[in-house]
Amino acid sequence: MVLVGLVDSSTSGQVASSEERPLPQPPEEVLKIEGLTKSFDGKTNAVDNVSFTVFQGEIFGFLGPNGAGKSTTINMLTTILRPTTGRATVCGHDLIREQTAVRRSIGVVPQESTADEDLTGIENVLLCADFYGIGRSISKPRAQELLELVELSKEAERKVITYSGGMKRRLELACGLINRPRLLFLDEPTLGLDVQTRAAVWDYIRRLKDEFRMTLFMTTHYLDEADNLCDRIALIDHGKILRVGSPSELKASLGGDIIEVEVQSDPSDLSQAIATIPNVVEVRKSDSDYRIKTKLGEETAPAIMDALRLAGARVTKISISKPSLDQVYLEYTGRSIREEHAEAGSATPRKGMMGMRRRR
Amino acid sequence: MAQQETEAQRAANHPSLSTLEREAPVNESPLHGIWALTNRDLKKWYKDSLMLLLSLIQPVLWLGLFGKAMNFGAIFTGSSFNIPGLNIPKQVLNSLASQVMQQTFGTTDYFSFLAVGMLSFISLFMAMSSGNSLVWDRRLGFLNKELSTPLSRGVIPLGKVFAAIVRGLTQAAIVLVIAVLLGLSTSHFSVVGILGTFAALFLMVMGFSAFFVMLAVRSTNQDTQIMIVNLLNLPLLFASNAMFPAKFMPGWLQPVVQVNPISYATDISRQLLLGSSGMASLGFDFVYLGSFAVLLTVLGMVVSWRFLSR
Repeated sequence: MVLVGLVDSSTSGQVASSEERPLPQPPEEVLKIEGLTKSFDGKTNAVDNVSFTVFQGEIFGFLGPNGAGKSTTINMLTTILRPTTGRATVCGHDLIREQTAVRRSIGVVPQESTADEDLTGIENVLLCADFYGIGRSISKPRAQELLELVELSKEAERKVITYSGGMKRRLELACGLINRPRLLFLDEPTLGLDVQTRAAVWDYIRRLKDEFRMTLFMTTHYLDEADNLCDRIALIDHGKILRVGSPSELKASLGGDIIEVEVQSDPSDLSQAIATIPNVVEVRKSDSDYRIKTKLGEETAPAIMDALRLAGARVTKISISKPSLDQVYLEYTGRSIREEHAEAGSATPRKGMMGMRRRR
Repeated sequence: MAQQETEAQRAANHPSLSTLEREAPVNESPLHGIWALTNRDLKKWYKDSLMLLLSLIQPVLWLGLFGKAMNFGAIFTGSSFNIPGLNIPKQVLNSLASQVMQQTFGTTDYFSFLAVGMLSFISLFMAMSSGNSLVWDRRLGFLNKELSTPLSRGVIPLGKVFAAIVRGLTQAAIVLVIAVLLGLSTSHFSVVGILGTFAALFLMVMGFSAFFVMLAVRSTNQDTQIMIVNLLNLPLLFASNAMFPAKFMPGWLQPVVQVNPISYATDISRQLLLGSSGMASLGFDFVYLGSFAVLLTVLGMVVSWRFLSR
């Protein structure tokens, strides 16, 4: 069924032209990207041959350092930038050939506030509705409903310039939902928000997924957020996808849990004995401590205790730590701090103030 | 059409989405959103009382300073002429003066001549600001929002153009009223004449604002826009017949005046409002201005279509 949908969407030119054909099954893939590449200067690729798939109803996290190509990718998927090469299918529509259909089926909540600050909250939401060609009789109640969802009903008639950062972000969310998108892009939805607003935004995101079965594509720098919210995550750096998987898969990819054991001082090296225990991946010894990388830490730890006891060593301390997404992130993207020149050509206005140089 | 199919697909395959997907009929015309965009720009203008006040004061200042201070008529009046040996009667001098004025400016007072030119001038200024407004939209991220919605890329400049037209014509109307209060001769006024004048200004603003939006389509720097506007506004104005009759200009300048659309808008206004004899027939003026407006607007849409997104 999935395949049928895929084939149909890839030949959608025909689908659109022949009304008589039976309606194709909707692809389960809401987003399918194949070899997407963007180069601003024709030499270096800001986004380099990126491929992945996002499925209906999931929250998909897109993580990477500054300048990794996240915003450029989002801008391509939301039709703001034209891909240099590669293709993508968004909600069953070809990204390049069916731009209007793509735009109708997606919502975008950008990183920075893009509301018109001279207009009121409700005027901004209605303006977005107009961009989609939604008539007032529908857009008005819908706008009020959305402002209620993001708890801005009371402030609806106030000019946006009087809003706080959190209110602007919530307004942005309401604007992004006005066309009832199937796929919502959230670019760092909680950046710079206080703890309360962050929690509220998380709550909205979960509700969109659970109650409305919406598919969400979000970028974030907060790894706890990604861990909590996302069903699957793609790690991107230098324009290339490093890893795609669920948070637990990614953590498991590091080789598993870390068990640290301290034994009463004992000159003999027990590494060999530990390494033979099932599930143990790696053992490192320093002084009287052993650092053991293992799968299924909870089950392996007792086995290690037994093995050490059998070898005559006395365990004085043991700890199991699960790898965090932070560790995964640093493992794959490294520790060096990024300058943003890699994304100098991206069209994100925040960086754009400096980064968007005029290209001739 | 592709859109409707999708809606149907969704409704059929995701019954649980019914509340969310209770889809509304949407306007899918490629030109939808023009009014929304125009109205947005206009709201920023008329809801800002200071902006509105300033844009009302500006034409008054210009009219007062230029129109009244440059009192060419006064050159010939009074006792300024006293040629020894010739005792020219006052009446002769006065009638000579009005002859000279009539011949030079096509009307007996320079104020009327200039006031009508001022209509073009003030409309031009409004047209020029439309490019800068697009640059702001880009910098504030509003443009990116527009680009991710089904708004056609060709419609985005049209919103700017129409907002400039409404603002330009409003200001021109204010200038006209004030000019009448300050002494613009109304003896040749007619409803058709006034409508024709505004039609001419409409076309002129349309062409120029499309041109300035085009210049701004990739720009991210509003200072550049201001520079461009400052570079072009006065030359454009003075190389036209808005302030001074073209026939007394040097020969090298005349061809420029002849192609400058401002000349044609002003020519129409002067013929219709003052009854002056024009530099071309009304018909030719309108065809010229109309072609200018349509050509640049279409070009502006094409350029936006191609270059708004990279």
